[in-house]
Amino acid sequence: MTDLTRLSAAALSGLLAAGETSSVEITRAHLDRIEAVDGDVHAFLHVSDAALDTAALVDAQRAAGELTGELAGIPVAIKDVLTTVDMPSTAGSKILEGWVPPYDATVVARLRAAGLVPLGKTNMDEFAMGSSTEHSAYGPTRNPWDLSRIPGGSGGGSAAAVAAFEAPIALGSDTGGSIRQPAALTGSVGVKPTYGGVSRYGAIALASSLDQVGPVSRSVLDAALLHDVVGGHDPRDSTSLTDAWPSFAAAARQGAAADSLAGLRVGVVTELDAPGFQPGVLSRFHETLELLAAAGAEIVDVSLPSVEYAIAAYYLILPAEASSNLAKFDSVRFGLRVPVTGTVEDVMAATREAGFGAEVKRRVILGTYALSAGYYDAYYGSAQKVRTLIQRDFAAAFERADVLISPTTPTTAWSLGAKLDDPLAMYLTDITTIPANLAGIPGMSLPGGLAAEDGLPVGIQLMAPAREDARLYRVGGTLERLLEERWGGPLLAQAPSLAGEEMFAAESGAV
Amino acid sequence: MSEITPDVVTHLASLARIALTAEEIDRLTGELGAIVDNVAKVAEVATPDVPATSHPIPLANVFRADVVGETLTPEQALAGAPDHDGSRFRVSAILGEEQ
Repeated sequence: MTDLTRLSAAALSGLLAAGETSSVEITRAHLDRIEAVDGDVHAFLHVSDAALDTAALVDAQRAAGELTGELAGIPVAIKDVLTTVDMPSTAGSKILEGWVPPYDATVVARLRAAGLVPLGKTNMDEFAMGSSTEHSAYGPTRNPWDLSRIPGGSGGGSAAAVAAFEAPIALGSDTGGSIRQPAALTGSVGVKPTYGGVSRYGAIALASSLDQVGPVSRSVLDAALLHDVVGGHDPRDSTSLTDAWPSFAAAARQGAAADSLAGLRVGVVTELDAPGFQPGVLSRFHETLELLAAAGAEIVDVSLPSVEYAIAAYYLILPAEASSNLAKFDSVRFGLRVPVTGTVEDVMAATREAGFGAEVKRRVILGTYALSAGYYDAYYGSAQKVRTLIQRDFAAAFERADVLISPTTPTTAWSLGAKLDDPLAMYLTDITTIPANLAGIPGMSLPGGLAAEDGLPVGIQLMAPAREDARLYRVGGTLERLLEERWGGPLLAQAPSLAGEEMFAAESGAV
Repeated sequence: MSEITPDVVTHLASLARIALTAEEIDRLTGELGAIVDNVAKVAEVATPDVPATSHPIPLANVFRADVVGETLTPEQALAGAPDHDGSRFRVSAILGEEQ
């Protein structure tokens, strides 16, 4: 019998439409997979106890013709930064341990309305601050390709969940790369939409001018299908764009079917094709460029000269906005309270000391500094000017190219603990993904192969002008097909099975 | 250029309402000094002729109709509170003199 967990959401949808399986069977298969491997991977902070009931209801609604969407009946994992009325929502922090929100994030409400089946909440760096998921208060997630390595972050849980076949699709959030970087390091697909393209209502805010919710999956088409469900205007988010968006799934299908890339101009960001990057990353990246050129694309060099200031600007803007956003954790309205004797401010300070982890404290203090009297213009004000310069760089680059391309990350996944004691070294790994957030443009990471030196996944990043998300899905759909033709199947087919050792142990009577 | 001293961190921690320990203040003093030295380079290119960008895709006048919308009930609003009296959040004294 087909292992339902190995199939894409689009393929599962086809089986459901043909009546060859049910949402209950699909959901049970994924819950069984979570049971089998999540002890090792730790992608989930919470597994829903309502998933099978939801699936049964969706099966009935499908049978009655009440749900017709392509993803109706498909299980989905949800990053713990998104509020859910029926599951705790902690954003990976002790200060929100056990908190069950009184409302659903708009994207979660849209998942439910479309008949998707929430499987659970995925692990993340605390309040999405981190690039490795090691800053979760609930312990790290491990990379399904090598359990001694980080899965990236902050959305390591969502990426690991799809890469370990615990869920076909997941939601993430991307402030400086938190969807794309974990996708790259786990061999999966992740998209950061145009800023304002997907509602942030109910996404526990990190840096409001940078945050964007988006899809995580194992294929470009699945990401597009999920984006179609969650995207579009939401009056509850004042930064939500009112644009009428095209079908991203149609764009992905069109791309996958395209014979040629003739007429497409692909801009290589020279600053992100740099000698400091891991050789195995660069060689897979250059092979991808050759593949695109062979399919007819015109490859041009473009420069983003202000990118060298991007990390500096980002690590001022993000902490400044985060220090303000995290003021809401005041021990009064929700979450933890440490009941020390004293005034409400004493209680607040003791609660925040106990409830926040080291990285959150570091960034809140840094942001408080950047916003403090006498420093505001030099730090936050200057960083906002760098944002303008980076936007101008992108505008000039998109005069010469339809999409930009770079490695998604400078290296493959590093070992757990390797960068924990050096926060600055961790920050510098984000150079490739941060510019898109500063400019508000959409970015996608898709698998580009394995690095020769360590056998770990390499991500290819595509970027398009603001509002041109469909272009990413079209080009990504073609590139994915070209690469998979070369590999003879999806990259994740080469990942370790994870459950193998346990099964062997069970057969030999050791368990 | 940075002048991150233990006293500065202590002051920032009080502004941010985090009761840091002495060890945390020591460690953060060193870490923040290194980070601030690195991020301060934004000033090199942030010349007066460059306008600031606060939001990547600016929107103006985002209003909604002035009508009552969907709101939380008092029970929902209080459901996650550490302490409440049934209709209000309960906290300790606001002013130290009243302790």
